[in-house]
Amino acid sequence: MKRLLPLLSAIALMLVIVPACLYLAGSVDKPQMKGLMLIGTVLWFLTAPFWMGNDEA
Amino acid sequence: MSSAATEYEREPVPREALLGFRSFVGQYAGEHTAGTELMIGPLFVAAGVGAFDLVMGLIIGNLLAVLSWTLMTAPIATRTRLTLYYQLEKITGRRFVVVYNAVNGIAFCFLAGSMITVSATALGVWFKFPMPGLNDLYPNGFGWIVAVLAIGTIVAWVAAAGYRVVARVANYAAPWMVLVFIAFGLVGLRDFVTATGASVKSLADFWQLAKTVIWTGGEPLPGQVKFTFWQVMAFAWFCNMAMHVGMSDLSVFRYAKKARYGLATASGMYLGHFLAWIAASILYALQLHRDPGNTDVLPGPLAADAAGLVGLLCVIVAGWTTANPTIYRAGLAFQAIVPNVSRFKVTFATGLLCAVAGMFPAVAMKLLGFVALYGLVLMPMGAVIFCDFWLMKRFGMQPFYAEAAGKTVNWAPAIAWILTVGLCLAGVKMGFLGIYFASLPGWFVAAALYLALSKILQRQTRPTPA
Repeated sequence: MKRLLPLLSAIALMLVIVPACLYLAGSVDKPQMKGLMLIGTVLWFLTAPFWMGNDEA
Repeated sequence: MSSAATEYEREPVPREALLGFRSFVGQYAGEHTAGTELMIGPLFVAAGVGAFDLVMGLIIGNLLAVLSWTLMTAPIATRTRLTLYYQLEKITGRRFVVVYNAVNGIAFCFLAGSMITVSATALGVWFKFPMPGLNDLYPNGFGWIVAVLAIGTIVAWVAAAGYRVVARVANYAAPWMVLVFIAFGLVGLRDFVTATGASVKSLADFWQLAKTVIWTGGEPLPGQVKFTFWQVMAFAWFCNMAMHVGMSDLSVFRYAKKARYGLATASGMYLGHFLAWIAASILYALQLHRDPGNTDVLPGPLAADAAGLVGLLCVIVAGWTTANPTIYRAGLAFQAIVPNVSRFKVTFATGLLCAVAGMFPAVAMKLLGFVALYGLVLMPMGAVIFCDFWLMKRFGMQPFYAEAAGKTVNWAPAIAWILTVGLCLAGVKMGFLGIYFASLPGWFVAAALYLALSKILQRQTRPTPA
């Protein structure tokens, strides 16, 4: 779990930025891009709080 | 870092509490990718900026800002390891710090108000009430007032009751927010390509599109001041003047192991004040390209068109997470004036004041000018701290004079502050100086006045040796 959550968070961030890059390249349309970005956003906020900042203390 | 920042308020930060370089990189990247970036980027376009002027102005202005933190703020912070307020108290006296806090608090209220304005534009997309235009000064409808008050009340309550929870949410949101801002720019670019039918296959093609369609230069929109390279550079350098040259961030860098950690501010400058401003400006330029009559600077609709629900969430989160610490700081500044009233009550009342300020679109729509004024007003105290630390002993005078002489007000910095701000504002009003440039000569005026007045006043009243 310790390694899985940061990995899922990384995938989430990819889902936020990569669809925008693909949209710029003309490979996806806008509704597809918006949908993927939303999935990435939800995944990020579901995973990041459980590992981010845990190593600060 | 926010928890650490509330400690060691009246003592130097001890060695074991010092923080590494990465802490500062993260903090500055998060703090400077904020809701207000969504206003500033479009306002550059409204000011008729050209592509070269924008890009070069931002590169050089942001570099100067990073160097100001690294060469002016951090070296003093890592030597004294004191907060701005405690260091000012030693120089100017306790009663003067109360006045400085009040001015600082009022400026924070207006800044937080503009952040609430930004968030409220996202609600306008959902509830479809009329929103303010570029040149509106007053609230323009019942829906707008209710939206700003609703968001403002929630933000105020959270700042008063649960500041640390939102500080954590802000930390989680920061990496996501930076990427959404970059996505705004990429989407805007694609939409420009589609709208113009241009073919962009290389950097040269992109630059051609940028020059001829996105940032075309020319006349600013009605009611806006024309921006060239010089205005962009000065704005990028001085928009955080209160923090670097004005020395507010002594309170942050007192935790840095080394003065060169000031370079970490580059994360905030080049992600927030370069990429985010450029991305937001592309979205606004696209709106103008599609409908030249639609000059409204409304981050909500711009973001919704680019990224849908994620864009709207980004506007709300960016406005909220940055308004929250700003209201908290303003509350702390005001609490120094009324120490017997609870922090909750002071912060909540401060938040409501910010909400009222946020109802007036004049604050957000004139954000470029307001930010320049905010830096100008707080800058003289930075000059005072700089001279007190590096020059007082060299010129045979007593540093930390108020503390050494047991005074509650040291009139040398007080008069230097009032005269400098008065002279700069008079210069701006009479047309000798642009508001975006006034801070540069102002710093030297403040420094010279402080040294000269200290020479006179310290000769009259010699401090008793400790």
